[in-house]
Amino acid sequence: MLAIVIHTALVTLGVALLIAVVRLVKGPTLPDRVVAMDLIGVLVVGLIVVLAASTQVPATLDAAIVIALIGFVGTVAYATYVERGHPE
Amino acid sequence: MIDLLTAIMWIAGSAFALLAAVGVLRMPDVFTRMQASTKASTLGLGCLLIGAALQLGDFASLIRVVSIGAFILLTTPVAGHVIARAAYLADVPLWEGTVLDERRSVEERPEADKG
Repeated sequence: MLAIVIHTALVTLGVALLIAVVRLVKGPTLPDRVVAMDLIGVLVVGLIVVLAASTQVPATLDAAIVIALIGFVGTVAYATYVERGHPE
Repeated sequence: MIDLLTAIMWIAGSAFALLAAVGVLRMPDVFTRMQASTKASTLGLGCLLIGAALQLGDFASLIRVVSIGAFILLTTPVAGHVIARAAYLADVPLWEGTVLDERRSVEERPEADKG
């Protein structure tokens, strides 16, 4: 039963990633894209956590920690960039 | 029993993640999209992490899972606030149905986009 659940969860997370990518491409403004990128980071962390638990390889969780860290720093950096106003 | 709890947590977590993505696609402006993204993604990721901790059942991976969860719970509100502030100060148009903007009146507001 757990195998079906793992596949369902992975497919659902993949569909969510695709929808977030649609918003990332459509925009229409830069903060929209930053929000979509932030969501993509969180979804990738979730995908890695499910994969690590279902394959019983806990070392993969370190990658999830790194992606969560980089996602936060990237979001804050983009927010500073938006707030200062980008050069024309 | 543990498998059943894991299954429930993972289904709930991936469903919340999908709802967050649909909210980000369908909401009308940046600020409403942001609340769909931040709230539902922390809840979804929390459920996925609880399921993974149950499934791994090992102290070292429990510590990693708890640290991911604590980090996400600490940083998501900060990131959301920083993006919302930047977007407002950069004059990103609000949704035309917005009721209250305490900083500017309706006339001063930048034109809302119809997209």
